[in-house]
Amino acid sequence: MARVDTRLPLDVGPETTTAAAPAGGRGALGRLPWPSFLIIVGMLLVALGAPLLAPHSATEQSLPDKLQPPAWQDGGSTRHLLGTDLLGRDVLSRLIYGARVSLTVAAAALLAGGGIGLAVGIVSGYAGGRLDSLLMRVVDATLTFPTILIALLLAVSLGQGLRTMVIAITLILWARFARVVRGEVLTVKGRDFVALARVHGCSHVRIMAMHILPNVTNTFMVLLSLHIGFVILVEASLSFLGAGIPPPTPSWGQMVADGRGQIASAWWLSFLPGVAILLVVLAFNLFGDWLRDWLDPRLRQQL
Amino acid sequence: MSAGPVLLELRDLHAHLSTRWGVVRAVDGVSLTVREGETLGLVGESGCGKTMTALSILRLLPQPAGRIVAGQILLEGEDLVPKSERQMRRIRGRRISMILQDPQTSLNPVFSVGNQLVEALRVHRAGPRRRLRALAQEALRQVRVAAPAQRLRDFPHQMSGGMKQRVVGAIAVSGPPRVLIADEPTTALDVTIQLQYLTLLEEIQERTRLAMLFITHDFGIVARICDRVAVMYAGRIVESGPTRELFAAPRHPYTQALMAAVPRMDESVERLPAIDGQPPALQRLPPGCRFAPRCRHADDRCQREYPAVFAVGREHEAACWRAESSPSR
Amino acid sequence: MQRYILRRLMQGAVLLVVLAIVVFALARVTGNPADLLLREDATAEDRAHLLKALGLDRPTHQQLLIFLKGAVRGDLGDSIRYRKPAVEVFFERLPNTVGLVSIALVGAMVVAIPLGMLAAVGRGTLVDRAAGAVAVLGIATPSFWLGIVLIYVFSIQLGWLPSARMGTPAHYVLPVITLGAFLVAGMMRLVRSSVLEVLDSEFVKLARIKGLTQTVVLWKHCLRNALIPVVTLFGVFFALLVTGAIVTETVFAWPGVGRLTYEAVIFRDYPLLQAVILLKAIIVLGVNLVVDILYAYLDPRVRYA
Repeated sequence: MARVDTRLPLDVGPETTTAAAPAGGRGALGRLPWPSFLIIVGMLLVALGAPLLAPHSATEQSLPDKLQPPAWQDGGSTRHLLGTDLLGRDVLSRLIYGARVSLTVAAAALLAGGGIGLAVGIVSGYAGGRLDSLLMRVVDATLTFPTILIALLLAVSLGQGLRTMVIAITLILWARFARVVRGEVLTVKGRDFVALARVHGCSHVRIMAMHILPNVTNTFMVLLSLHIGFVILVEASLSFLGAGIPPPTPSWGQMVADGRGQIASAWWLSFLPGVAILLVVLAFNLFGDWLRDWLDPRLRQQL
Repeated sequence: MSAGPVLLELRDLHAHLSTRWGVVRAVDGVSLTVREGETLGLVGESGCGKTMTALSILRLLPQPAGRIVAGQILLEGEDLVPKSERQMRRIRGRRISMILQDPQTSLNPVFSVGNQLVEALRVHRAGPRRRLRALAQEALRQVRVAAPAQRLRDFPHQMSGGMKQRVVGAIAVSGPPRVLIADEPTTALDVTIQLQYLTLLEEIQERTRLAMLFITHDFGIVARICDRVAVMYAGRIVESGPTRELFAAPRHPYTQALMAAVPRMDESVERLPAIDGQPPALQRLPPGCRFAPRCRHADDRCQREYPAVFAVGREHEAACWRAESSPSR
Repeated sequence: MQRYILRRLMQGAVLLVVLAIVVFALARVTGNPADLLLREDATAEDRAHLLKALGLDRPTHQQLLIFLKGAVRGDLGDSIRYRKPAVEVFFERLPNTVGLVSIALVGAMVVAIPLGMLAAVGRGTLVDRAAGAVAVLGIATPSFWLGIVLIYVFSIQLGWLPSARMGTPAHYVLPVITLGAFLVAGMMRLVRSSVLEVLDSEFVKLARIKGLTQTVVLWKHCLRNALIPVVTLFGVFFALLVTGAIVTETVFAWPGVGRLTYEAVIFRDYPLLQAVILLKAIIVLGVNLVVDILYAYLDPRVRYA
């Protein structure tokens, strides 16, 4: 007898209404998190136009001007809108240049760490078998290990700098990317077009590059956006611990650390760069959440 | 089996679910009765509102989406709709209970079977732990589980599907309830186990004379276990009557189509056979007969007006305009 | 179970050896490790003496063996700053960190689990939204900054709580909040989503059909199942705490191993840093093993697998 599927539209209806809230789909663009979006665009513009926007040099010291309060405080002046630090450097200018550092590190580290993670994830998922289980062991070990320790070790042994920072964050990042990408690859691998490509005699490399890669791009984009905030936080923490970009280059984490000694007399020195970090990380995280719901709602369970 | 007094009666029950696609009228004016010692089969395609009817009766509609908007649920003459959650808790398990479809997920994986069974027993009776434990053993024995003392210590994943469903049955009838709702209790079981389970339910019913509302989409099971049948389509009951009579002379075109497509009565099928077309979406129901778009006899009136319910035999009713003209006994 | 533990111990040992080799190699990437191991005011004589003592005048593979042998005996070199064995310095400070971290961990669970359950039960309500907002904020807040802000508000402005070092129980308040805050955020999200999943399950439906109260359904049937992912990720949480303790102890001048890590970085005390890293790795691995055993207890499906 004929066994035709008689499922009703209801089968995906009421039974699922109790599950996750509606995610993605139509109208998601309308729900673009505008405040986050504006903060991100603002930060990009500030970082790009730093030399034009900054009222002063970010590194030039002027001891007579040291520890001036922000303009709205008693004794503040519009010459230094957000005041000056212990060495008389303009806080606003340092914040503006600090955006550059954060974004440079984030971009470089995401490119390196994300790229390695993507490659490992694709190879691991596609190859399967022993290679897969070996790679995933390494991923698990990396994920449970406090990798920031390795970052500190690198900073001490290799010396501080952009290169050390990027290597360190790459070490932290790659495993997170590899695990999720691998999961995606496993679902893609089973589809017919991969089998078809194999039948056609495509090489493994070609299948991975031409058939698998395009299908995990969405996931990869979502992962990237969800980790920008994370990388900025890690960079700030390492800078705070004296293992970041070496002074006098301004970095937000370093600025918070520097202002710590003056917290009782000049609270703004630590407070303002922290607010900058908080806002930017918050903006990138919310934006990443939105992008995930829009591009790849299934990832909600994993991330 | 002789039928006693009416234990459960639904009067024009309406239950709605708010979903992101709109309000779904999952139960849309359902009336039915189940008597002591009697089994009523509730049949229909998946998604026609059978399970929602059952959950409404227990007042366990998915929250916050589901809501009873009208009608009465009379349990031994007492309306459950206005009851508070607190009052309902004293009714659930003790006076009315339910067996769920999938034994694999109906038991909590992290607690032992004994724990979950004793918990059910303890809800409605106080007593020392040992006595409850003994009662739990007895309950397992009654659902024909071998070596109940050992089984009580087992965890759900250590049991087979059929065994788990027996445990679920033991939990459901531990009250012991007057009314038992069985929501496709055998669908997830192997065919051979299905039969054993049905026999078990019959035994329990014979012993306790409980009223059973048996939800299924399997006509073979209906023929085997049900005294009466109600056929549900798109949130409403379209035909009901004694099993034998309804099988012999189905009057609603939907019932007829369903029966025509069942090859042999004693062969169980996993899904209802195909009928051309799709049932209507329950959030956008047509004004007239809901089956009209798929019905080969449908005319203008069917499209316009929902048919009245006509008596077409002793206790046999059908909601179809074509039943109006046919002779009723 | 014993075989499982044994296998895990083996894996941990392999990981530690790999890590030790990394530590060993990093000291040699940029030049002679002696330069990393010596004080800045060391003389050429000191250097020659150290080279000989550590066998740094021998081939690299022999050096590695010497290093590993020392490590196994618990000898990871002398701290430059403290002028005594690095391992000894580490264990002097360890109890202070253990106290801080365990209070923060327990505190975070006590706050996050009920809050996550409340958010799940009241899905879509004000409570849920507020909890969600707190979680989003908690994840985005840099904990070193949070610590400084707390010091400013509660120590400097209000004068209620001490801002640095150990002593009275009051000294614990701010560091525990700082350390626990981001953990609460992550844990709450996790508990919320797993409770939502459990609330939808058939066994919760059956529990309700039995006539159980909402309280029993939640705190018995949901909690245990909802705890499983929390425990699964316990290792990750713990690793986060070990990391977080570095920053928190730095902000609050807390004399624990986190602060020690920071000092090792700031003073370029490589022997101390390598000791701290290897010992922390052992602790993290050990905790992970214990967690996995605990996990087996929580989830009988694993226990009997």
